[in-house]
Amino acid sequence: MSFALERHTVSARDWIPLLQSVKQDGGRLGALWASDQPRAVHALLVVHAGLLQLDLPVTGVEYPDASTAFPAAVRMQRAIRDLHGLRSGHDERPWLVHGDAPYAFVQVEGDGVHEIPVGPVHAGIIEPGHFRFSVVGERVLRLEQRLGYVHKGIERRFESMSLADGARLAGRVSGDSTVAYAWAYAMALERAAQATAPPRAQWLRALLLERERIANHLGDLGYLGNDGGLAFGLAQFSRLKEDLLRLNARLFGHRFLMDRIVPGGASVDIDRAAADAILGEGERLEEEVLALRAIYYDHPGLQDRCINCGRLAPPLAAELGVVGVAARASGIAIDARVFPGFAPYEELAPALCAHRNGDVASRIVVRFEEIFESLRLERQILASLPQGEARTTFQDPHEGASGVGWVEGWRGEIFVALEVGPAGTVRRCHPHDPSWQNWPALEHAVLGNIVPDFPLINKSFNLSYSGADL
Amino acid sequence: MHKIVLRMMHAGIVTEPARAPDPALRALSQRLETLALERLGRALAVRHVDAGSCNGCELEIHALGNPYYNLEGLGMKFVASPRHADLLLITGPVSRNMEQALLRTYAAMPEPKLVVAVGDCGCTGGIFGESYASRGRVSNVLPVDVAVPGCPPPPAAILQAILTAVTSDRRSSPASP
Repeated sequence: MSFALERHTVSARDWIPLLQSVKQDGGRLGALWASDQPRAVHALLVVHAGLLQLDLPVTGVEYPDASTAFPAAVRMQRAIRDLHGLRSGHDERPWLVHGDAPYAFVQVEGDGVHEIPVGPVHAGIIEPGHFRFSVVGERVLRLEQRLGYVHKGIERRFESMSLADGARLAGRVSGDSTVAYAWAYAMALERAAQATAPPRAQWLRALLLERERIANHLGDLGYLGNDGGLAFGLAQFSRLKEDLLRLNARLFGHRFLMDRIVPGGASVDIDRAAADAILGEGERLEEEVLALRAIYYDHPGLQDRCINCGRLAPPLAAELGVVGVAARASGIAIDARVFPGFAPYEELAPALCAHRNGDVASRIVVRFEEIFESLRLERQILASLPQGEARTTFQDPHEGASGVGWVEGWRGEIFVALEVGPAGTVRRCHPHDPSWQNWPALEHAVLGNIVPDFPLINKSFNLSYSGADL
Repeated sequence: MHKIVLRMMHAGIVTEPARAPDPALRALSQRLETLALERLGRALAVRHVDAGSCNGCELEIHALGNPYYNLEGLGMKFVASPRHADLLLITGPVSRNMEQALLRTYAAMPEPKLVVAVGDCGCTGGIFGESYASRGRVSNVLPVDVAVPGCPPPPAAILQAILTAVTSDRRSSPASP
């Protein structure tokens, strides 16, 4: 079983009122994208019944500004302008296709205000992006992000691909979330084909997804300790992460599990010995992470850096439509594994891990709790893994068929909206990263903090550049 | 504090010793240290630039710093400025939006300006290829000394590529014109 998807074509006149009524009923914007043939803008909304997709045919080049209902729409609309030439909203600066024109950052004026430009090439080993800080002394008055540097034309690339090759590309939208993307793509394709992966495949997919979550949370906790001045934490957590990656390589043939989830199922299976290896690893991890958590929580220096740092208050987080770890750390109870739930999570009944302070410390707490919950899910999966095939084959869906995948990756929810072209090709595919919603929240979370805390705050969100630059 | 010390003792030193089950890595590491000292007279300074990667290669470059590979212990360090760098480690196909920043980074480096392209994308453009938004392989934009395939290449392979670049140093190698 899985979530319900309702789909309606709406007129430009009804576009904004409908979005506003969805918002008033507690709904939120999942994704916003456009297509060329025919020209249309699509909004994927998360509502109580599941997903609601609204399709807005566009006859000219203008359509109504969805950011009046959902602020997160601003950058998505700027991307649509760059990629499809359809215009909406007030901000006419390019987002994904930079061109040569200079970029007009918002200027902050006043006594003692100066700007610190950072990037696109950063000091560390991270993805490129530009941050423009306006500061007085050390205090941040404003942060403006300029992203899009790793825009490499992923959506157009999909359109030259077969449905099978598209699965590989989906797994490379954001490498750190390859499992979640591969699953969301497979789910979208299977829904378009009205096929389902065998039960064993679904449980194996969940096992791989939880391993991806554990690996990334371990890495983040290490770097958060390091950015907070506790290099010990980085050494310990990066050792634990490496152990896990090595076991992935041994059992599944790839450290990050790329291409292990495929349309129709999983390309890997496990035997008793593999299950025992995972269980043994889980036992060790639980013991070690518990000990490290006690150290993190008791460490006055680290706590001093993290508590009340980079705070994103719950009402603001809700207004911005923040998702994933960042949302749960700001008191917003959303997790696609819990609601709507998708196979096999209805049976696994994962616990939602949340906090309400919205600061760096809360985002650390959520990561610790999610590691323990993922370890519990691993045990549960291995204890009752269904028998049978790990992969099935199905007929390519007919031209014009479409489907949506919705998976809770380690960072947040990932959508893949897929439309099938002739003879088993991709007509249109929009992969949607949670970073779209969360990048603007980082601009708010950093306000009033000091510049040296930015790396720590940034790391506590750990957003994907590639995922949202497409 | 005592908990931290206890934890350190519990974890011990995991840096892989000479007789570890991965002897290839160890041999490479020791050679790297010697070579860096011979060729450069000091630690090898590396500047990383993501020119359009999916961030998978970054995960493996990060891993090079974990206690198993312990890169800093082997006479190699990542530096924040290209002006301090002997070697440029480039991931991804080169996106049009990053092309200028990459060229500027390269221009800011002192000689010998070694360049290692990391991953299938750096080698060939990979799955993203060339398009309105991507210039494809790194060598379409810059002279590349060594290209290491893989999606992503594991840490030991990246280490090997760096070693290869140091040994094929165009300036100090008698074989080069």
